[in-house]
Amino acid sequence: MSGSKPLKKAPQKSTGLHVGDASPGVKKVDPILVADHVSRKFGGLVAVDVEHVEIPRGAITALIGPNGAGKTTLFNLLTGFDKPDTGTWSFSGKDLAGVPAHKVAKMGQVRTFQLTKALGLLTVLENMKLGAKDQTGESLFQSIFPFLWKKQEEEIEERALEILERFKLLKLKDDFAASLSGGQRKLLEMARALMTKPTLVMLDEPMAGVNPALTESLLEHILDLKTEGMTVLFVEHDMHMVRHIADWVIVMAEGRIIAEGPPEDVMKDEAVVDAYLGSHQDVDLGVVTGRITLPKGEK
Amino acid sequence: MSSATTENHTFFARGMKMLLIAILAFAGVLFASPAMADTVGDEYENKILGNVKNEGTPLQGVRIIVEGNGYTAEVVTDADGKWSIGVPEAGSYLITLVEDTLPEGIAVLEGGATQTVEWGFTNSVVWNFFIGEGERNPTSQLDQFFMRVFAGLNFGLLLGLAAIGLSLVFGTTALPNFAHGEMVTMGALFTLFLTLAGVPLLLSFPLAVALSALFGWGLDAAVWAPLRARGVGIVQLMIVSIGLSLTFRYITQAFLGGGTEQLPGALGSPEIPIFRTVTLSVNDLVSMGVSLVVLVAFAFWLLRSKMGKATRAVSDNADLAAASGINVDQVIRVVWIMAGGLAGLAGILWAYFRPGLKWDMGEKILLFIFAAGVLGGLGTAFGAFVGAMIVGVLIETSAQFIPSDLKYVGALLVMIIILLFRPQGILGRRERIG
Amino acid sequence: MDINSIFINTAQALFSPVTIAFAMAALGLAIHFGFVGLLNFGIAGFMAVGAYGYAISTLTFGFPWWAAFLASMAASALFAVLLGIPTLQLRGDYLAIVTIAAAEIVRLLLLSTTWIKTTGSADGLVAYANDFRSINPFPDGTYGFGPWSYTANQFWVLIFALVVLALAALLLWRLVRSPWGRVIKGIREDEDAVRALGKNVFAYKMQALVVGGIVAGLGGALYVLPSSANPMLFATSLTFFVWTALLLGGAATVFGPLLGAVIFWVLQAFLGSLLPAMADAGLLGALSSAQAGALRFVLVGILLVVIVIVRPQGIVGDKRELTFVRK
Repeated sequence: MSGSKPLKKAPQKSTGLHVGDASPGVKKVDPILVADHVSRKFGGLVAVDVEHVEIPRGAITALIGPNGAGKTTLFNLLTGFDKPDTGTWSFSGKDLAGVPAHKVAKMGQVRTFQLTKALGLLTVLENMKLGAKDQTGESLFQSIFPFLWKKQEEEIEERALEILERFKLLKLKDDFAASLSGGQRKLLEMARALMTKPTLVMLDEPMAGVNPALTESLLEHILDLKTEGMTVLFVEHDMHMVRHIADWVIVMAEGRIIAEGPPEDVMKDEAVVDAYLGSHQDVDLGVVTGRITLPKGEK
Repeated sequence: MSSATTENHTFFARGMKMLLIAILAFAGVLFASPAMADTVGDEYENKILGNVKNEGTPLQGVRIIVEGNGYTAEVVTDADGKWSIGVPEAGSYLITLVEDTLPEGIAVLEGGATQTVEWGFTNSVVWNFFIGEGERNPTSQLDQFFMRVFAGLNFGLLLGLAAIGLSLVFGTTALPNFAHGEMVTMGALFTLFLTLAGVPLLLSFPLAVALSALFGWGLDAAVWAPLRARGVGIVQLMIVSIGLSLTFRYITQAFLGGGTEQLPGALGSPEIPIFRTVTLSVNDLVSMGVSLVVLVAFAFWLLRSKMGKATRAVSDNADLAAASGINVDQVIRVVWIMAGGLAGLAGILWAYFRPGLKWDMGEKILLFIFAAGVLGGLGTAFGAFVGAMIVGVLIETSAQFIPSDLKYVGALLVMIIILLFRPQGILGRRERIG
Repeated sequence: MDINSIFINTAQALFSPVTIAFAMAALGLAIHFGFVGLLNFGIAGFMAVGAYGYAISTLTFGFPWWAAFLASMAASALFAVLLGIPTLQLRGDYLAIVTIAAAEIVRLLLLSTTWIKTTGSADGLVAYANDFRSINPFPDGTYGFGPWSYTANQFWVLIFALVVLALAALLLWRLVRSPWGRVIKGIREDEDAVRALGKNVFAYKMQALVVGGIVAGLGGALYVLPSSANPMLFATSLTFFVWTALLLGGAATVFGPLLGAVIFWVLQAFLGSLLPAMADAGLLGALSSAQAGALRFVLVGILLVVIVIVRPQGIVGDKRELTFVRK
């Protein structure tokens, strides 16, 4: 989103999220997610190697970094979609290691995917209803007797229609999700995630492939999440978006966290600039991130 | 799908432990006391029967096994020492008297524990072993084992010919070809027709193999290539292969009927003593020799020739191969030609091994061709060969230890276990999976 | 050519316990493949377990008819669980291979002489339907009209089978329209998306496997109830015929498998009478009537190939509902 259109109202940024100086792995005042020594290797390649990271509660945190930095892999590890080689992490104090993906989602940590997974076989409304938790009708034996779940289904539908209205997808409620545009599907995925009444929403590149006209509305929705008390963690490449709505930024490169802090500070951080712009072009990024130590005297 | 691995891992691990314990317990109960009958196969018209007596005294509880023409059954003698086994067709059968089930100090005195029965003109054959006091030759059990090993090698070699084709088809097109059994049957069928039409036997063989290769070519040209071009999904292609298997199997039945035909020279092949009392028929020796020669020639082609190398490249990684300028469609066409020819040859050898040609003979070994391919690693030709040898020997030698009509179950269980724990097989690579 | 007998044979297939049993099997497979997307190429194994479950519990354990049905259902459920625990995580083509092998193992175990006293081995089992017949409410006599005339026992089996089929179809219809069915539909298309919403995908797949397995197992029991149980009946060809019926009717629907089964059997009966008659009348060249009989299965094979390419959604299916067709 270059040449950015300013949002309708400038977002209220959260401050005072961290304890002490802002540096990679800094402790947070009120962390919702804490991870220690998380690592994942693919063959010989280190995809993720994070010493310590804490995600602040009630704020919007952006996870940025060049391609291949390990952002999506970290996402997968934290949400139970992949198993790390080492590491422990907890969500609101509850240990998550080894917990399968669906249980993680049930605990209130919901995620979206880089390649949007709007279920095309279902209508928009059905997609939404699928998101609701603790449905009696989803149990095998009870599903056969509609009178057991009809009332709950109506309540779920009401809530779904409300959210669809907010996301301006109400008109499309009976269309198959397959017939929606790419951007509309992204909105649907986000709306559907809200049906699970999450505490932590993790968005994997929510802006990817969305046409500029829809990005503003997406940003508003993400801000609304914060207003409603949810914590947001999103992966993005779009720096303007990050600067506009993120309260906190975590920068990854080559599987490690190389910087953390409020957006303006992080943007100026030398290591971050290097990672993206490569101004130390003749220096290995690995030196910058600390992965490689050079013998004395060499640069 | 890594998420599936993560989520299902705990269920899988726990579930498998419970499953394994349950199966072992169940198997223990079942196999501990097999209730065997003295008569089996009543619905068959043809019968092999006999009396086991020691100097006039009937012996009860002696185990007799009959194998041949792809059929196997066993009985236990009744209080009168009598036994009877019905067999589906008149042919050559191996009868084994399990000497361990004779009383102490009693053994088969003449001919050994395993003997060959040839059929006569009626629909029953009486077979009596010469029993008496004597040293049970402990080596005859061992000889029996060696016979089984050779049978296993023979079977494994012909299975390997078929499995290589299956494996390469899977490697280059991602299709598990459920019609491969019928490609095997075709080889035997073509040979039968050629010999019936008066073509000399030695000429029929290469002609039949050539016709089978042509059949393979035809399948790709008429069915598989057009479907690939249309972008038809892999599930649909699997179902197409099933439809083709039904079609060709019943076309074969329309021609052959339900009975068994024999290729010239299948019966009565002279036995040649190899060592101790182990013998191999001339047919067996020729079969194994031919298989080996063809396999070596094929290996040479795969390793040295340009097309062979291209085939291995495509089987390994089709996109990469295409990017380096290999004409993938042409390679696939060649693979189908090779698969057809090799399967056809396997069919001829299978017709001599059983012995007998039947409309569903290919279907009978389809799953073992798959087992061989899976065990070795689907997509690698060498894997298919290794897998086939193991499957062949496993099937034949397992009959030494478990009831012979369960020998096929073992191979199928091995295949399932491999797919669960090491789906890339022995020689395959992990990255191919999922 | 005896047109009359061809007509009678064909018409009878319309209301035959075999057709109904087949429809049950197709319904079970519809749950597995049509609704969840599991490539179950071993449905004949489920039918065998259900059939022998009924026969063995009656003959070896002396169960009354209702307990035998329950035992049959329990056996099918157990088979589904045993099969499911290790295999539900497998990708499609491997699942196909494993399920064929599993069904073949079942058939080989039943064929083996090792447990001949219980299973009957190659001779199979007979005379297990006496208790079932004893509760026949219809007095002796002939029922029906025209080509559809049955003895009291035949009529009883027919009515019973129809009721069971109706209940199974109703059950499936309810399931599909419920939130449970919604989750299953989602799983069919994309497991990860459903997982991310907090649903235990493995549990749902297992439930579907068990429900479909029980339905198919009942189909097996109904298949052998009027006659005898034999391992030869449950060969791999049976699985492929059920698949043809399912795809013909419409894999992801409730009515499709029923329609497909009826059309399949009526066609079988029709061709099974017509082709040999044509051969006898010399209309098929040198083909004998026995050979002509085999021709109808050739046509089944061709039919399967054509349907899955040209109209994979079957007669009543909706193409948009399919996940196994690459667009």
